[in-house]
This record gives sequence, structure tokens and C-alpha cells, in this order.
Amino acid sequence: MLNPISLAFKNVKKQNRPALLTYTVAGDSSKKKSLDILKSISNYADICELGFPHNTPIADGGQIQTSSFRAIKNGIKMNDVFKIVRDFKKYKFHKPLILMGYYNMIYQFGENNFIKKCESSGVDGLIIVDLPYPENKKFSKKCKKKNISFIQLISPTTSFKRAKKIIKDSHNMIYYISMLSTTGQRLKVSPRKIIENYNKIKNINPKKNCVIGFGITEKTIGKLKKADGLVVGSAICKKITESIKKRQNTVTNVSHMVRNLKNKIL
Amino acid sequence: MIKLKKKVPLIDQHDKNGFWGGKFGGNFIPETLKKPIDDLTENFEKLRNDKNFLKKRDYYFQNYVGSPTRFIKLDNLSDYINGAQIWAKVVSDANGGAHKIYNAVVHALICKSMGKKYIVGDTGAGYAGKMLSMAAKKFGLKCKIFMGAKDIKRQKPNCDAMKKNGAQIIPVYTGSQTLVDAVSECMRYWVSNCDTTHMCVGSTVGPNIFVKICGWSTSQISRELKSQIIEEFGLIPKKLKLYNCVGGGSSSYGFWSHFMDLNKKQVEFIGVEAGGPKKSKKHAAPLTYGSRIGVLHGAMQYVNQDKIGQIEETESISAGLDYPGVSPLHCFLKDTKRARYTAASDEDALKAYQIVTKYESLQPSLEPSHAFHVAISESRKLSKDTIVVVNSCGDAYKDSAILKKKLGKKYVKSN
Repeated sequence: MLNPISLAFKNVKKQNRPALLTYTVAGDSSKKKSLDILKSISNYADICELGFPHNTPIADGGQIQTSSFRAIKNGIKMNDVFKIVRDFKKYKFHKPLILMGYYNMIYQFGENNFIKKCESSGVDGLIIVDLPYPENKKFSKKCKKKNISFIQLISPTTSFKRAKKIIKDSHNMIYYISMLSTTGQRLKVSPRKIIENYNKIKNINPKKNCVIGFGITEKTIGKLKKADGLVVGSAICKKITESIKKRQNTVTNVSHMVRNLKNKIL
Repeated sequence: MIKLKKKVPLIDQHDKNGFWGGKFGGNFIPETLKKPIDDLTENFEKLRNDKNFLKKRDYYFQNYVGSPTRFIKLDNLSDYINGAQIWAKVVSDANGGAHKIYNAVVHALICKSMGKKYIVGDTGAGYAGKMLSMAAKKFGLKCKIFMGAKDIKRQKPNCDAMKKNGAQIIPVYTGSQTLVDAVSECMRYWVSNCDTTHMCVGSTVGPNIFVKICGWSTSQISRELKSQIIEEFGLIPKKLKLYNCVGGGSSSYGFWSHFMDLNKKQVEFIGVEAGGPKKSKKHAAPLTYGSRIGVLHGAMQYVNQDKIGQIEETESISAGLDYPGVSPLHCFLKDTKRARYTAASDEDALKAYQIVTKYESLQPSLEPSHAFHVAISESRKLSKDTIVVVNSCGDAYKDSAILKKKLGKKYVKSN
């Protein structure tokens, strides 16, 4: 059986469009709300990324930090994260779910324990922000054994030689970081340039699914349609923050937004 | 059992993945930083073997930092203690008033040689920031300093100095608004600007290369001290004890490094962490209070954290020690038992400050006052032929507001 992530990419290719990937933080704005948000956006998103929040995130910008701190304040623990995944998977078994976070949380949970839990709760993929290649080789192998994709990141600073090595060792999905930035900053490179860089990476092995993330919003998503997939995270977190401030329904607001995002790439 | 090697500087005793003792340090960094860190590593390795670069370093250490700093006997204090002889290495003599100038100068020189015009750094007590702003000014670099909002309030004199040197202070409002958040924010800034900007990590913490550069720079302290001791005593005394405060661990590593190969029965290293207020459960002493190993700011280390791996808030009267983690070098020294670590509380440090200033014309800042506390209390029980040296690595001028509040006006002298 094809891994749900590969299947999702296969399906969107048939529709001749990129996959829409969303990122939300587990426990934001509460444990229950984050599950509701996940369920409702999964109607439009092709792959859902769920962050397990860390309080010393060295690669995240303000929006995701705010969401993370809110979730931590709400007392989110690793086991709660897995429960959200399990409940989500009960609701939509075939929707691919990727967990994303920082290595210390996994290290404290125990690598093997963590992977076991991922497997039993239905996690399809993992993005570990601060476990780069080649240090992640051992861990990614462990993931592969359990049919969990370890998603390698590539950035504009990654040399071509290094990118080739990373891609060779990657599983079914690669994450290309659009620019030198933490998450959620304004796109400071033109979409044309991003696609140009993306193509260089994509051409190393066209069979691998490559998504673009960082700085993608409702305004910019339409210009990056050539990619295999596009990730929107900070913009969603921002929407949650705004909805809370305005005392509006976070679930409806976020799900409207994701629907709009989807419409822009159809 | 992990072991120290002899004749190899401790900063170079890591494996190919950057781990000391196979488990401390490393590079837990986002992909974007891989290349800038690899570039920096390559450059630093080249520069440290380049005679011209070393000449430049020595020139600026001598003519700009003001090396060597004094090594003095604290006669009155020794008489009062009536135990071991107490000496001080007055590193606060250095230009700017603390050891942070060594790391700042080296980073500025590296930044220049790599052709970058912008330099950013973090700061807690404000010394790392002040010194980086000084070095940036000296070498014509544009400088940004990240500092927790809480620290900006409590270390005003250093902030004034940074501004005077033309640096921009970026207040950090996230988390506990102290050093840990400043380092995170600075790293985040570097992630976004690593193509044009050089980052200086203010202590022997962070990804492997930053631990190395900082340790290499502050080693100047023990290079001087070793020759000063030999000049004074004719040889390394049979019983020598080196006391130093430990926050991130840059001054203590620098204070000990050239004595590393000597037997610990002859030269003992005592690291004093910040125990926080006596009544508080919070502290900044991960080595003393048995914190678990985890990742902070790109390196594996003993770090204050909760069960699931969230970094815990610290509390200490001294902004320079108020950090939940500690250098991988010190984790390694703890596990190999080469150094001994203990903690002093806020109250202990204040008391030690009072004692030192009562007997000596020396104004140790709150950070070294932690070390003085332990040195004073242990010296009482030590023999007269024991030589105790405390690294007085910072000047108390920056702490005037805190000292005035806690001890009253008479303890605050103008600088």
C-alpha cells in the first residue's frame, strides 16, 4: 500500500495542481479546538501538518511562537498531541498527517518510544526542524522501518552537492524553504525566483515530491502553483490569533481561509 | 566512562559530529544555518593557524583589551579568612570591564576577515553586548544586540554603553525576557540574515563552532594566569584552587583551560553556578542540581527543563548567570570529574560582595561574587599553603541599581 503522503501527491497530480499543506499547532487555542480546526481544514487541505510546540523554537517567527506559547500555556503534553492525532485519524483515516517540531521533545520522550507512538496513533510523516542531515540519518532510518516518512529540509543556503546527498537519502517528500527566514516572514524573494530555485532542487530527482514553505499567504500562494505542494502555517496561526482577539469562531475563520487558499491553487 | 585527553585543547576534543564525550554539544540547527556554520567553521580553523591572524589577535588583546590583567593577592581578605591565601585574577581590568571583550574582539576579527559588515549578538548582563558593540565600533561593523526586556531594565549602565557605541539594542519580549530568549531571538535573526551578517554567541554555548571560538578567545585568561603564577611562585603551586562562576561558562573555561592537563589534586577547578534566591525553587544551576540532558540553542547539554522537554525559566540576581543551560564543555568537565560544580544563592553572592568590598579595593560584579562566596567559605578550612584564585571576571558598576536596592547606597561606588 502506498504511504498516504505519496497517495495524496499522486491524487493532486491527476488534478494538475499542487497539494495544499496546512500547519497548525496542537493545543492551539485549546486541545479540543485544535482537533476541531484540524478536522475542519482537512476538508480542503491535502496534507495536514501538526506542530508539537516547544518554548525555545529557534526557527519560528512571531506567529507560530504565539500559537506555540498559547498551546503550552494550555498545558499541552506529548501524549495530548498523540491523542489529537489518534482522534483525527479516527475521523479521517486516509488524510495524511505530519508531525512537526523540535528534537528536544523527541529526545525527552525517547526516540524509539516516540516512533512507536507515531505508528500507533497514525502519524504518516515527521519534520524535525533542528535535526539536519547527516545527523538525522539514524533517526530517519528508524522512521522508514515503521513506514513513517522522515521529511528532509532544503534551504536556499544548501549547496547543490549537499542537496543531492540529502535527496538521495530522503523518503517520499522534501521540504524546500523558500527564503532565508524564520517561519511567517514576508516573502522577500520573488515567487519567480523561488520557483527557479525550486526547479533546481526538483530536477535532482523529479520523482521526489517537493513542497515549498515559509512566507506563503493567500496573496502569494497563487504564484507558486508549479510546486508539488505548498505549505501555509504562520498565516493560519495568525488567523487563529486574530479570531481570538475579535472573539470570533476560530474554527470557521480558519476553515474559510483554508478554503480560499485551496481555491487559489485549483 | 568518558575521558579527557591530554595535550589537546578541550575545545578540540569533540568527535566529527561535534560532540564532547560523545554526547555534549553537536549541531542541532535548522538546515538554513548548516552552510553559514560550515563556512564559519572552515574559516575559524584556517584563521587560528594563520600567523598573521594570531599576531592581530595578540596585538588587539595587548593594545586594545589591555592584556595582561592583574593577578593580585587579596591580603586583607586572606588575613580575615585566616586559611588559604586568596588571590584574584582581575579580569575586570580588561577594556570594558569583563572577559566578554576577548570573544567580542575575536568575532569582530573573524567577521571582518569573512567580508561581512554586520554583526549581531546576544547578551544577558549586557557585557557581551557592550563588548561586541565596542569591538564593532573599533572595527567599523554595524552591530545589533538582542537582549531580554527584563535584563534591559536591570542592567541599564551596559545598555547605555551599547547605545553610545552606536549599536542597536533589540528588546526581546518572549518567554522569561532574559538571556535564554535573547539567544533564541538572535539565532532566529541569523537564520533570516546569515548571508550578510555574522553572529557572535556571547558565551561557550550554542552550536559547536561557537563554543569553540568563545573558548579559544577566553583562554587568554589562563594563558596569562599561568605565566603570572609561575612568575610569582616559581612553579605551579602544589595546591592550587581556581574558583569561577559559571553561567554559560565562558570565563571559567578561559580561566581553567591552560591548567587542564594538570592533575586535579594539584589544580582543582571549582565552578559556581547561580542558585537563585534562597526561597525560590528556580535556579540557574543545571550542573549542581542535576538537570537532565537536553537540547538548547543547538547543543546537547545539562539544562533546566520539565519532563516533556520545555525549557524552564530560571531565576538569579545576576543576569549574566541567569541561563537554564550550560556549556557542553562544562558538562564534559563535570562528567569526567575534572571540575567540581556547586551553587551560591543570591543572598550568598550579595554577602560575598560585601565582604570583598569591605576588605579589598575590588568591585566584583554579582557574577564573580557567586564564586567569591564559595571561595571564601571553603578557604577557611584550607591550609595556608593553598593558593586560592578567584576570577573576578566582571566589574560591579553595571549592578549599581541592584546593589543600591539590596544593600543601600554606601555599597555603590562610582566607576
